[in-house]
Amino acid sequence: MRIWEQFRLQRKLPVATSSLTMVLVIFILVLSSPPANALPAFARKYGLRCSACHEAWPMLNYFGQKFKDNGYQLMNDRDAPIWQNPSYWPVTFRIIPLWHRESNNKVAVDTEAQSPGGPIPAERRISSSGFDLSGLDFHTGGTLEKNISFYVLPSSDATASFHFETVMGRLDNLFGSPWLNVKLGKFELDNLVSEKRILTLTAISGVYQTYHFRPQGDGNIFGQIGDNQLGVELMGHSANDRTRYSAALLSSSDGQVNLPYGSNAYSGFFTASQAFNVGKWGVDRVGAYAMIGVAPTSYLTLTTGGTATPIAGSGTGNRPYNREGFVGLFYFGKLDFQVVTQHGWDSAWFGAGYGDFIGGNAPNNNTPGSVLPPGFRAPSWNGYLVETHYVYSPQLIFIQRSEWERMSQQADPTVRSDLGNVDMYTLGYRYMPIMTSRAGFAWHNEYSWMRQRGISPVNSRDVSSSSLLLGFDFDF
Amino acid sequence: MRTFMIRWALLVTVTAFLGFSALSSAQMTRYEQDQRLGTEAHVGNLTGHAHAAKENYRRYCVGCHGEEGDGEGENAVWLDPKPRNFTLGQFKCRSTPTGTLPTDEDLYNTLGRGLVNSNMPSWNPLSNQARIDLVAYVKHFSPKFQGDKPGPPVQIPPEPEVTAERIKAGQAVFQKLECWKCHGVEGRGNGPSADTLTDDQNRPIKPFNFHDGTRFKCGTSDQDLYKIFMTGLDGTPMPSFADNVKPDEAWQLVFYLRTLQPMQSKEKQIARQLGLKPINPNSTPTPSPQPAASDTPATAPATAPETSPAASPASPPPADSASPNPPQRK
Repeated sequence: MRIWEQFRLQRKLPVATSSLTMVLVIFILVLSSPPANALPAFARKYGLRCSACHEAWPMLNYFGQKFKDNGYQLMNDRDAPIWQNPSYWPVTFRIIPLWHRESNNKVAVDTEAQSPGGPIPAERRISSSGFDLSGLDFHTGGTLEKNISFYVLPSSDATASFHFETVMGRLDNLFGSPWLNVKLGKFELDNLVSEKRILTLTAISGVYQTYHFRPQGDGNIFGQIGDNQLGVELMGHSANDRTRYSAALLSSSDGQVNLPYGSNAYSGFFTASQAFNVGKWGVDRVGAYAMIGVAPTSYLTLTTGGTATPIAGSGTGNRPYNREGFVGLFYFGKLDFQVVTQHGWDSAWFGAGYGDFIGGNAPNNNTPGSVLPPGFRAPSWNGYLVETHYVYSPQLIFIQRSEWERMSQQADPTVRSDLGNVDMYTLGYRYMPIMTSRAGFAWHNEYSWMRQRGISPVNSRDVSSSSLLLGFDFDF
Repeated sequence: MRTFMIRWALLVTVTAFLGFSALSSAQMTRYEQDQRLGTEAHVGNLTGHAHAAKENYRRYCVGCHGEEGDGEGENAVWLDPKPRNFTLGQFKCRSTPTGTLPTDEDLYNTLGRGLVNSNMPSWNPLSNQARIDLVAYVKHFSPKFQGDKPGPPVQIPPEPEVTAERIKAGQAVFQKLECWKCHGVEGRGNGPSADTLTDDQNRPIKPFNFHDGTRFKCGTSDQDLYKIFMTGLDGTPMPSFADNVKPDEAWQLVFYLRTLQPMQSKEKQIARQLGLKPINPNSTPTPSPQPAASDTPATAPATAPETSPAASPASPPPADSASPNPPQRK
């Protein structure tokens, strides 16, 4: 007690010094936190750190891809739930409290100038910033029995309005062969560069532009391979996962439940890839994919009060579309490149604004007697994506991504040839100071910029947007 | 006040001394380990370097095996069986005699294959180079690898033809060697001694249940099973029978154990034709016959003899990590 009193007398440090010391201590504690250790539901089951399956969570590395391809099994004959403690419940939630700034340089706004029709609009930059939330994901997945897997992911937006992002059951290793696995439900397409495992989070870069690009005025939303889709998938792989293939039959509904579109509208998604050793650099992979399908353009309607409302499920008049691309994953030690090139083609009907009349993304309904506007052609375009990662350590990753979308043929021959072209760049890093096999936590900081050609609402000039995000990305 | 100052100074001095000593000791251990980062591993044309595997060890292995390779990773407490303590230089899956160090290829194959019925998965998605680097890293934890050499790989004679006589003889060997005491009369891992078994760390351990899967702890092929008899699984109660079993008897035992596994095999087909019943542990085992080459062949066609990987340690590594092991039986 006496010693403590002596110390207390001398301990009259200024408040500023104490605060600085505290900040320093917290800083040191953060920097000296335990080393990185993913989906914690799986990590808890197997005792592996998330870095074992994820190059940087949530992006999979080769081991994680094999684990997924095996139906969330390590294939060590301990995968069935009977081997788990009965209290084990495979649930993980993920949410991101964040601060972000969004800026768009050409938003249509009213001016004081008046015309007979009302205020004359003009274009202004609008920037806003503040603290915010991401949506909330509840992941649950694993095995129901050896070689029977499942995944259920109720997901909400930032207002906690939920939908099912993923619901699937999978029969693994049919007839004892890793080449035969069947999945049924709503699931992530077998993309080697998967949008569901994207490392970037801003409003601009949170999706792959290449996977979602639509020409201006195009009404086809059904070829977005970044979205989870409803269907059945046959997938197979070699024992070490070096060779992979998949073939999926999908409803042309862009993953929307309750059969909102048409009857007999299906698409196919096919992938094949091969990985190979590149000595000390690691393992590289090259692959190709294609999505080929048809989707409705004609819907029955019911007019009430002068407004024609389309009737869900009544879609007919299927028109074709396709997407095909090449993917490469190239590793150079700690540096890796993901490269995607994609060619897109839509029927001229989609290009003329037919397609998703139900959801309002297509303004036109292909009613009997409809004809294409004179000269309209099938739009086509090409997309390019290059994402680079520098994995300083399993805990710290630097990310760059560049995307370019280029129209090769506009549906309307009278519009400028580069209308709607996209350039997107993003730069960021994720630092995971405390990521264990029980939980994941990342400090995420990222800036993105995007330009779209000629789409400003008033003057048809280029629109540029930017997004800055800082947040805590955590799951448990 | 003065007494207080003296006591205080003494306390600080002693604390500083003890702290420094502890730190020095820790640094010495770290220094030694850093020195060992020069450890290499060689399999065929591949050369692994321990220092190159530091990041991968931290990414993939540390959660179970621990920073120091002592098997005390953060998850070790939850795992059964426990992760390997690399510092002891003792490994289950070897091609070398019991009590000796494994070859680099043994460790390389274990990394690629994983260990069934444990949390150790197959790491074959990693590149061959990454795995051989990890082998070097695993070796660097144990001083044994700095001085000792691996034992000479056990020689595996060509696999004889599967015959009904050999299967019956294998059952007799199963009884004679008292395998049933741990593995049970039907090979279900429920023998009378099963509940009493412990590993060399005195932790409970379960005998292998042959009805449970198609793979063994150290591989899938007949050669792998033969090798397990001859090398034992060091650190477990499974001994080496190299001094007790002749090669012919070991092959007979391999064929008999195949009849206990769940998948279809020619051994199982023959056993069904023979109406083979589980052993009676109270009966006296009939002496193991020595079948001649002209034994009545089984109804199933014989396979061509395979050369064990262990018999040719200098063989080049597999072109791809898919094939470090002989083909799996389905």
